[in-house]
Amino acid sequence: MAESNNKYYVPDSSPWPLSGSIGLFMIALGAGNFIQQSTDFGQNVLKHQGTGAGYLLLAGALWLIGTLFFWWRDTIKESITGLHEGRLSGSYRQGMIWFIFSEVMFFAAFFGAMFYTRWLIVPWLGGEGSNAMTHELLWPNFQAMWPLTTTPDGRETQAMGAWGLPAINTAILLVSSITLTIAHHALIAGERGKLILFQGITVLLGIFFLFLQVEEYIHAYTEMGLTLNAGIYGSLFFMLTGFHGMHVTMGTIMLLIMFLRILKGHFSKENHFAYEAAAWYWHFVDVVWLFLYVCVYWL
Amino acid sequence: MTATTAEHHDHHDDHHHAPHGLKRWLFSTNHKDIGTLYLWFSFAMFLIGGLLALVIRAELMYPGMQVVDPEFFNQMTTVHGLVMVFGAIMPAFVGLANWMIPLMIGAPDMALPRMNNWSFWILPFAFTILISSVLMSAFGEGNPSAPNFGWTFYAPLSTTYGPASTDLFILSVHMMGISSIMGAINVVVTVFNLRAPGMTMMKMPLFVWTWLITAFLLVAVMPVLAGAVTMMLTDRHFGTSFFSAAGGGDPVLFQHIFWFFGHPEVYIMILPSFGVVSSIIPVFARKQLFGYASMVYATASIALLSFVVWAHHMFTVGMPLAGTLFFMYMTMLISVPTGVKVFNWMATMWRGSMTFELPMKWAIAFVILFTCGGLSGLMLAITPVDFQYHDTYFVVAHFHYVLVSGAVFSIMAAAYYWLPKWSGVMPNKILGELHFWSSLLSVNLLFFPMHFVGLAGMPRRYADYALQFADYNFWISIGAFWFGVSQLIFLVVAILCAMKKGEKAPANPWDAPEEDLEWTVPSPAPFHTFDTPPVIK
Ligand code: HEM
Ligand SMILES: [Cu+2]
Repeated sequence: MAESNNKYYVPDSSPWPLSGSIGLFMIALGAGNFIQQSTDFGQNVLKHQGTGAGYLLLAGALWLIGTLFFWWRDTIKESITGLHEGRLSGSYRQGMIWFIFSEVMFFAAFFGAMFYTRWLIVPWLGGEGSNAMTHELLWPNFQAMWPLTTTPDGRETQAMGAWGLPAINTAILLVSSITLTIAHHALIAGERGKLILFQGITVLLGIFFLFLQVEEYIHAYTEMGLTLNAGIYGSLFFMLTGFHGMHVTMGTIMLLIMFLRILKGHFSKENHFAYEAAAWYWHFVDVVWLFLYVCVYWL
Repeated sequence: MTATTAEHHDHHDDHHHAPHGLKRWLFSTNHKDIGTLYLWFSFAMFLIGGLLALVIRAELMYPGMQVVDPEFFNQMTTVHGLVMVFGAIMPAFVGLANWMIPLMIGAPDMALPRMNNWSFWILPFAFTILISSVLMSAFGEGNPSAPNFGWTFYAPLSTTYGPASTDLFILSVHMMGISSIMGAINVVVTVFNLRAPGMTMMKMPLFVWTWLITAFLLVAVMPVLAGAVTMMLTDRHFGTSFFSAAGGGDPVLFQHIFWFFGHPEVYIMILPSFGVVSSIIPVFARKQLFGYASMVYATASIALLSFVVWAHHMFTVGMPLAGTLFFMYMTMLISVPTGVKVFNWMATMWRGSMTFELPMKWAIAFVILFTCGGLSGLMLAITPVDFQYHDTYFVVAHFHYVLVSGAVFSIMAAAYYWLPKWSGVMPNKILGELHFWSSLLSVNLLFFPMHFVGLAGMPRRYADYALQFADYNFWISIGAFWFGVSQLIFLVVAILCAMKKGEKAPANPWDAPEEDLEWTVPSPAPFHTFDTPPVIK
C-alpha cells in the first residue's frame, strides 16, 4: 500500500532521554562542585580537594556516554531495518544542519569577544576615542597593541606565531578534509578498500592534529609565558583554540565510530546518513580552524 | 486512553496505545504527553517564581527593612527573574508548540520524538539545581548565598563578586541552553519536514510561523548565552580576563554578549504570543485574519532586527555616540513591524461579529496591555530619556507589561482556547471569568504605578526606598498579592480539566474555521493524530 510508505516513523517510548538528563545532572553537579572545591578563586591553582565531586563528574560523563551508546544503538538498528527512509532521514539531515548552525553561533560568541577586544577595548584602554583620562588615571603606562603582550596591570607574555606548528596543523586539517572527501566518494562508489584506507587516514590526521595542539600548549605554558592567566590575549587564545580543540576531539571520535561502523558494514551507497553527518561536522570544524588560523594566529 | 483504536485498524497496533503508568511520562515519545509535561512544569515554575516575587513585594510593601535582609532580597530578584524567563515562559511556549504544531500542520508527531523528551527532562534537573540554591540560602547551614546579581548576571558582580553558587548556576544555564536548542531544532525540523501535503508555508497558521521564527532565534542566540557563561566560569576559576580591564578585557564586553542574547530572548518570549493571539482573534471575530502575509513578514523583520538592537539596554555604559545613535534608531524601527501587528489585530476585529469567550478576553487584554508595554519601550528607546529611566522601576513596568500582561496573558489565552482539545472538557466558565477579571485588575494595580515611581526616580533592585515612594509601593504590593492569588484560580481550572470534570467539549467548541486543523480531530485529541496526513485544500 502506498499509504504505509507515507507513514512517518515515530519511535516507541525510550528510557534514554531521561537517562541522558540524569547524566547531564550528574555532570553539572559534579563539575560545579569540583570547580568550586578544587580551584582557588583568585589564585587559580588546583588545590586537589573535592575528589568526591570529581568522581561524580566522571560518573556523569560515563553515564552520559553509556546512554548515548544505547540510544544510538537503537537508532542504528532502526536505520539498518530500513525505518529511516524518506522523511525521517530528512529530519535527521536538517536536525544536524541546525545543530551545526548552533555551534557556529557558539563560536561566534568567542570570535565576537575577540574582535571587540582588538578593535575597541584595547584601543580604549590605550586612550583612544574619549578615553584619554581612563588611560591617564588607570594605567598610564599601558600601550595598546595586538597581540596584547603586556596587560594593563603589567603581566607579560609572548604571542604565538603563525608559522611552525600552527601552519602544520592547518595543513593537516586541510588534508584531512580531502582524505575524508575521498573516503566519502569511495563509499558512494562502493570501493570498500579505498574507503577503509582513507577513513583510517582521516582519523589518524585528526589524532595527529590534537597531538600537535597539545605540544603547542605545552610550549606556550612552559616557554612563552602564554597561559590562561596572561591577560586577554591568553584568554582568547586558549578559549578559541581550546574550544576548537574540543570540537576536533568530538569530530575525531565521530569519525572513528564511523570507521568502526564501516568495518561492520553498516553503510550502503544509499543509506549512510550518520557518515555524512560526521563528515559535515568535520568540515565545519575545519572551516572554523581556517578562521581561527587567520584571525588568532596570523593577523 | 485507547480512544483511537475504533477509528484505525492498523496492524502496527502498539503505536496506537498510550503506554501506561509512570513510564508513559518518563519515557514518552509522544508530542502531546511531552507538551503536557512542559505545560505543567512551566506552571509549577510560574508558581515558584511568583512566590519569590511575593517575597520581594512583601519587603517593599513598606519602606525600611521588615521581612528579609538585603542580601536575600537580591537573591530573590535574581532567581525570580531567572525562574520566570527560563522556567515559566519559555517552557510554556515549548509546551504549546509541542501540543499544537503537529496538530496544526497535520504531522503525526514532532520530527525527533526522543530528542523532544530529552529537551523536556533536562529542565527539571536544571531547575532543581537553581532552586536548591535558594533553599540552601534560606534554610541551609550558614545560609550560603544563591545567585544574587540580577537575572542579567553582569560581570563583575557574577565573576569577581559572585557567590559560590554561581558555578552551579552557570552549569544549570548550560543545561537550559541544551534543552532550548534541542527543542528549537525539533520545531524547525518539524515545520520544514512534516507538513501535510498541501500545507504550503503560506498556509501555515501564524502560531506555527511565529514559532518557526522563534526557534530560529533560539538556535541562534542560546549558544551565545552559553558562550557568555563559559567565559564567566573561566574568569572565575581559570584566570582568564575576559571581563576584567586589568587584564585587557572589559566588563562591558559581558553586557554586549549578554544582550546580544538577551534582546532576541525577549522576542523569543513574545513572538509565540503573537502567534497565539493571531490564532484566537479571527475565530472570535468570525473573520479571516487581516493581513496574513504582512504578519509573516512583520514577524520575520522583528526577528532580524532583534539582532541589531541589543545595546539599547546599555545606553548608560558609555558607548561612542555613533553606536548609541545606531541602536536608538534600530530600536525605534522595530516598533514599525510591531505596530503592523497591532494594527492587523484591530483590523481583524473591526466589524467582526465578535463574541467574548474566555480566550478572546485574554487575547484582547493582551493586545491592549502589550501595546502599553510597547509604548513604554519606545520611550526607553530614546537614548537621552533613557539616561533618566534606566534601572528605575519604569523599566520594570515596561518589561512586566510586555511579559506578564503580554506573554503570560497570551499563554492563558492559549490555555483557555486549547484546553478543550487537550482535556476533552471545557474549562470552568465561572472560575475562568473570575480568574480573568481578577488578573486583569490586579495586574494593572501591580504594574501601572511602577511607571510613576520609576519616572520619579525609584531605582530597581533595592530592598528599600525613599519615603516619597511609600504610597505607590503599598498598592503595588497589594496588586502583587492579589495577582498571585488569582493564579491559584487557574490551578483549580487546570486540575478540573485534567480530572475531566466539566462540560464535555465537542471537537470544535469555538466554531473555528475548518482550515484550523487542530479542531478537525476529536476532543480530547487522540493519542496519535494524523498518522496518515490529512488532505489540505
Ligand atoms: C516595542 C518594542 C520594544 C521596545 C522599543 C523596547 C525597548 C526597551 C528598552 C530601550 C529597554 C532598556 C531600558 C533600560 O534598561 O533602560 C528595554 C528593556 C526591557 N525590555 Fe523592552 N522593548 C520593546 C518590547 C519588549 C518586549 C516585547 C519584551 C518582552 C517580551 C521586552 C522585554 C524587555 C525586558 C525584559 C527589559 C529589561 C531587561 C532588564 O534590564 O532586566 N521589551 N526595552
Ligand atoms: Cu531589548
